[in-house]
Amino acid sequence: MTLRKTPLVVAGSAALLALSACSGGDQKAAAGGPITVEATDTACTVSATTANAGNLSFEVTNKGTKVTEFYLYAQGDRIMGEVENIAPGLTRKLTIEVPDAGTYQTACKPGMSGDGIRGTFTVTGGASRQADTNTQLADATKSYATYVASQSDALLTETQKFADAVKSGNVADAKARYAPTRTYYERIEPVAEKFGELDPAIDVREADLEEGQQFTGFHRLEKDLWATGLQPDSGQIADKLVADVTTLVNQAKTIQLSALDLANGAKGLLDEVATGKITGEEETFSHTDLWDFQANLDGSKAAIQSLRPVLQERDPQLVSEVDTQVKNVQTLLDAQRSGDGFKYYTELTQDQIRQFASAVDALGEPLSKVAEVVAQ
Amino acid sequence: MTQVSRRRLLGFAGAGVALAGAGAAAGAGLDHALSAPEPHAAPGLVPFHGEHQAGIVTPTQEHLHFAALDVTTKDRAKLVSLLRKWTDAARRMTGGQEVVPNGAVGGSAAAPPGDTGEALDLPAASLTLTIGFGPSLFDDRFGLADRRPPALADLPAFPKDNLDPARSGGDLCIQACADDPQVAVHAVRNLVRIGFGTTEVRWSQLGFGRSASTSRSQVTPRNLFGFKDGTNNLKAEDTDALAQHVWVAPGDGPDWMTGGSYLVARRIRMHIETWDRSPLREQEQVVGRAKGTGAPLGQSAEFDPVDLHVGGANGEPLVPADAHIRLASAENLNGVRILRRGYNFVDGSDGVGHLEAGLFFICFNRDPRTQFVPMQKVLAAKDAMMEYLEHTGSALFAVPPGVTETGYWGEPLFG
Repeated sequence: MTLRKTPLVVAGSAALLALSACSGGDQKAAAGGPITVEATDTACTVSATTANAGNLSFEVTNKGTKVTEFYLYAQGDRIMGEVENIAPGLTRKLTIEVPDAGTYQTACKPGMSGDGIRGTFTVTGGASRQADTNTQLADATKSYATYVASQSDALLTETQKFADAVKSGNVADAKARYAPTRTYYERIEPVAEKFGELDPAIDVREADLEEGQQFTGFHRLEKDLWATGLQPDSGQIADKLVADVTTLVNQAKTIQLSALDLANGAKGLLDEVATGKITGEEETFSHTDLWDFQANLDGSKAAIQSLRPVLQERDPQLVSEVDTQVKNVQTLLDAQRSGDGFKYYTELTQDQIRQFASAVDALGEPLSKVAEVVAQ
Repeated sequence: MTQVSRRRLLGFAGAGVALAGAGAAAGAGLDHALSAPEPHAAPGLVPFHGEHQAGIVTPTQEHLHFAALDVTTKDRAKLVSLLRKWTDAARRMTGGQEVVPNGAVGGSAAAPPGDTGEALDLPAASLTLTIGFGPSLFDDRFGLADRRPPALADLPAFPKDNLDPARSGGDLCIQACADDPQVAVHAVRNLVRIGFGTTEVRWSQLGFGRSASTSRSQVTPRNLFGFKDGTNNLKAEDTDALAQHVWVAPGDGPDWMTGGSYLVARRIRMHIETWDRSPLREQEQVVGRAKGTGAPLGQSAEFDPVDLHVGGANGEPLVPADAHIRLASAENLNGVRILRRGYNFVDGSDGVGHLEAGLFFICFNRDPRTQFVPMQKVLAAKDAMMEYLEHTGSALFAVPPGVTETGYWGEPLFG
């Protein structure tokens, strides 16, 4: 299900770790109120050129005749914060988190182009912290990347077979392949969801369609197979699914993930279970929610497995708590196995659903603490 | 025995104290029975009469009881008669009085009391009663089909809606707000009672902890996600903006709606358990504000204007592309604004070990087709917060203008 829009997607991993490490909640700005910046067409007058590390507030007034913008750069012209489109006469405020001591540069850009009028800005105090050179974390992301690659390959192979079954009109075969094929997708869902347009094309639920959005992907074929019977365009939908999965698989193998991504992904998969699978909303027509449930749990375990050496060193108790709760969820799932797969969602009693929800919550709690440990 | 009168208690409490907040001439809200000895405005009394119904831009009270009703008769005269009775009862109850004089204990011992009595001894508690007409009232039962305002168009299906018919729709609605939940419940209960034989309750909702402020005299409350909610709401003091975004103007549609507004109610289940497991930074990025101060990201204080153009590390917008306040902003919606007046709710548990909690969203707007609908389309499709929300109930009502001292609710429609 297309739900999670992790806000941590785009920025580089090293910067992310540095930022997250100080998310402890110190909201106070540096003492002395905002630093005023008077921008004209030829000058950029900053009222202070030093500040303590933390939240810095700038108040930028454009006294020139051109639209301007203001930047704070770290070394290498890495942007720490910026405010654009300041029309003449306007004052705009900007609060930036600067956790590290060091030398920075302020810049006004009259006309919004060029390198701007630069000035040196010194930040003192704070925790001058190194970039993420921790080899354990690097190993973790490498190990997880291998997992993503293996799952992606299997996803493509199985999706092709599933699509072939749909196209040949072999409904029984297609139905049998549906849930196992999706397993590979559900295991790497946090990665898949980083591709904004592809994930909805592959995995959108009918209830989530936006106006004018075409209903494609797995769930469309699910509806064809279980509810309406195959449609004249089912074959086309199957072809499109294979094409979309191919694109996704290629991109998934190149994506750069941070250790925090892994931690948040492990938790996110459980959230998916809690909001989509526990309620039976994901597989409305086939009721194969438990296959997805197991796959989400697998994916979560894989991410934790990659992080295990780091976690074991930093917080062994948390690891053992995660392990215990994973085992509890797995025990409940195992009790619902049937043949090669699972019982259908509709065969579960309310009491069993409640037990699942409770076990998922119990696992979600320790999982939600993993990111903080990784960011230490 | 000595009559215990809600009126007397009020007069005692209210002597010489000016009404806080926006309503200047609170005394005007008292009906004639009450007006005699009390020249001063009393606290906790919101005027009932006026150009607009109370309960829209009057300062939001702490508690809500909202009820949607279906009309069970096809007799137009019975419906009109009910609206007259309701108006009379509302005049009295919003004035801190019993539904009928000596209603609770002063009547015949052999008859059921005329007032149910659970608000006896309680002050008016700023009670407001606001009523609205649902689209279904304009079918062929009461000859109103040609008077249906075009703006009272059925809401479209929004992505991710999971609406329960048993919590949606209705021919009529009653919004009762008060600073004491017992007073709000008493008001709805007595109106429902008066309606037996003409109306029946279709669904109802209790709310607590107003989740928005509608006046600059109020501090911004927090919703169940722990965030300040309603900082950027339209306020009673913004009269020009209210005229533009809330009140139906002449020429907008049928004349009977002039001075009225359209109420959208959405029961929004909040998945607070998964929310509570998400990191503070993610919570703040989903909302677009700092949790502690309520300041928009990139700014330092709650009421600093939201600036969608500031960037942080690597030039990424500090208010993310899918942040709630960005998508809901007037800037992102071609200037569209609404007046929110929602409440938190917790309705026990959902049966699988989670709290059935959320926000009972109420908003008022001049034309839902150009305000609420486009806003909700964007939010349902893109808002990062939707991951934690589920819309489980929905209703739309035309809220007619206010009533005169001798008129009744909806008189311009039926008269």
